[in-house]
Amino acid sequence: MTTRIELRTSPHVVKGTSVERIMFHVVLALLPIATFSVWQYGLSALALIVTVTLACLGGERLFNHLSGQQSTLSDWSATITGLLLALTLPPAFPLWMGAVAGFAAIALGKALFGGIGYNVLNPALVGRAFVQAAFPVAITTWVPAFAPGRFGGFAPTTFTAPLMTPPDLSAWAKSALDGFTGATPLARWKFDNVLATPQDFLSGAVTASAGETSAILILLCGAYLAARKFMDWRIPAAVLGGAALTALLFQMLDPARYPDPLFVLLSGGLMLGAVFMATDMATSPVTPVGVWIYGALIGVVTVMIRYFGGLTEGVMYAILLGNALAPLIDQVTQPRVFGEVKAKSVKAKSVRAKPLKGEKA
Amino acid sequence: MSIPGQKPLSNLEELLEGVWKQNPVFVMVLGMCPTLAVSVSAMNAVSMGLATTFVLLGSTLLVSLLRNVIPKEVRIATYILIIATFVTVVDYLIQAISLAVYDALGAFIQLIVVNCIILGRAEAHASKNPPLKAVLNALGMGVGFTLGLFALGGVREILGAGKLFGISLFGPDFQPWVVMVLPPGGFFVLGAWLLLFNWLNSRKAAPVKPVEGHAHV
Amino acid sequence: MNAPSVPASQPATPGAAMIRTLGLVATVCGILIVTAYQGTLESVAANKKIALERAVFKVIPGASSVKEFVAGTGGVRPAGGSVPEGAVKFYAAYDQAGVLKGLAAEGAAKGYADTVRVLYAYDPEKQAITGLGVVSMRETPGIGDKIYTDAAFLKNFVALDAKLGGDLKSLANSIKVMKHGTRQNPWEIDAIAGATVTSKAVGKGINESAQKLLPLLVPHLDTLQGGQ
Repeated sequence: MTTRIELRTSPHVVKGTSVERIMFHVVLALLPIATFSVWQYGLSALALIVTVTLACLGGERLFNHLSGQQSTLSDWSATITGLLLALTLPPAFPLWMGAVAGFAAIALGKALFGGIGYNVLNPALVGRAFVQAAFPVAITTWVPAFAPGRFGGFAPTTFTAPLMTPPDLSAWAKSALDGFTGATPLARWKFDNVLATPQDFLSGAVTASAGETSAILILLCGAYLAARKFMDWRIPAAVLGGAALTALLFQMLDPARYPDPLFVLLSGGLMLGAVFMATDMATSPVTPVGVWIYGALIGVVTVMIRYFGGLTEGVMYAILLGNALAPLIDQVTQPRVFGEVKAKSVKAKSVRAKPLKGEKA
Repeated sequence: MSIPGQKPLSNLEELLEGVWKQNPVFVMVLGMCPTLAVSVSAMNAVSMGLATTFVLLGSTLLVSLLRNVIPKEVRIATYILIIATFVTVVDYLIQAISLAVYDALGAFIQLIVVNCIILGRAEAHASKNPPLKAVLNALGMGVGFTLGLFALGGVREILGAGKLFGISLFGPDFQPWVVMVLPPGGFFVLGAWLLLFNWLNSRKAAPVKPVEGHAHV
Repeated sequence: MNAPSVPASQPATPGAAMIRTLGLVATVCGILIVTAYQGTLESVAANKKIALERAVFKVIPGASSVKEFVAGTGGVRPAGGSVPEGAVKFYAAYDQAGVLKGLAAEGAAKGYADTVRVLYAYDPEKQAITGLGVVSMRETPGIGDKIYTDAAFLKNFVALDAKLGGDLKSLANSIKVMKHGTRQNPWEIDAIAGATVTSKAVGKGINESAQKLLPLLVPHLDTLQGGQ
């Protein structure tokens, strides 16, 4: 990676990229993924995406009002949070829980820290972590993709009355699609040692959260953002690379027990997380080295949680952990200011020339 | 705290001090260990609050009575001895009243001994005030602590189990918010209450809102 | 620091005075504690008995009284004082006529969040585990608590085989927890789907406890009959 410096005479006026413009393009990039999700899961997914996004926008508006700020709805950030959050939830997630997730995302993940740009953790993932802890059963209740009747009606859980337990889905899911097991590929690998094939993943015919399965689409949308320089391509590269290398290492150690790296990359929410969530500008490091460390850390932790944790999927906690560490990573990877002496030699020098200590400053 | 030259508080003010103005949970943010740990239900919260109130009353009364006898060099040892005594007494009392409550509160009954509200009251108030004032102040603090715990326990039980004092509020189909009975729920609810309290106080302090600058982006 | 009641420049207190004061306070405190202990002793013991009976009666229906015993290398004797090394505490439940209805003991193993402690009933005639109750657990509500709400799971403990092997040193078949839907033998427990870790903790706790208790207990069963 090289940095090109253009030499020009003044005035150096360029059409700047505004937050709104970047965010708007992220929304554009998310739309195909959301559309694919609706095509896969039908009306339930559509209702969920709309509800969660509206809850995020409502939460944002409420906190704008309470904190006496101007409305920040037009910067698209709450829309992104809503879309991303909806895409990480199971497609038949009850709408009222989706609304709780959206509101918690904005309240706990964003407003509490002071709004856009000040948040420490990715708001969408904070929202998801909240509902994962609050409703552990509902968030691991899956529905089949490409069920024949998916545009004819909603899953029975979608319209669960607020505060009430969603009905048991297994009978409905079995009738909706023959041979439906109700477990994600990661869970099936972990508990039954059954591996899904890459073909399953690429066709989208696996059990998953609403927007997780379309790996190629996610990569294409990410490539668009990266090409327009709205996103740092190094972060997804580092996340996916870190995960793939770790998976490869384990597979070499024990091929019978650990799946191949391709399975790790395609399963669960790794692709969506790497491209759209780890790259959130406010919560990722900015230094060139830091970006790689951050991404690789997320990839490695994801695989560790999947292989050795009690949960089947670890992307969410890996990214939240990476977010929490981002300021620290930034701090230890600060590039040298031009002309600054290397820290090590400064130390050596100051030891040698103790009486002249004051000189350095 | 009585600062020389300051007008002493009336008995009623002394009582109300801990209930609202110096509320141990919401204003002083003291005794957070039992506050967060046992406030999973309203019943637990109130039991814990009452147990703490009992220890507060007993220890402040004794400290206040003995305040002129206790040498300053060994005062902390004496206070701890007195507090530990009342904690042991309340431990037996709770076992005698209800084993279920005793099991639910667990080690946090014994841990009342290290609750900083109690030593704080003994050192900062009871050792300098006559018994009546000390007991009134302790009662206020105890009530304030109980109310604070109840505020947490109530919300956590309503969301975490759909009940209040074990009485179902939303029917059998209620979906419990599991997170609320787990440790993070305690932090969420405490944070929300602190937010509310500070917001109310800041509104009272400055009724006219200063004009904010442009929204930071 | 200086309160009105304390003189500003206090001379150092003599050591004897400090000891005297502390002694006085300690005496007052001692009296308070002993009074409280004596005063509550009876109701605490009554409460503990009620709690124990309630727990045991739940896993052994039809029982009306409970006695505590300790099984050790030297045989079975009524519990009192501390449980010696290598010995196991258990409860014997009798009906109104004084006939032994069953035995109960505690088992514990690490679950998903914390140790899961269970009380299981053992029927000497059937040589099987015939009931399960939870003493304490901190498993995820809605998932782990199925071990006492899930009827299908509790059916595992209607007659869970716990026969001793020929040498009477251990169970003929150790109690195992199988993945949901794969139970084949009477000594296996069918795990709850989605709560495998907690189910396994229950099975492990029972197995460890039964492996230890039953070899010590079964040869002396006759001493318990009509032990009223």
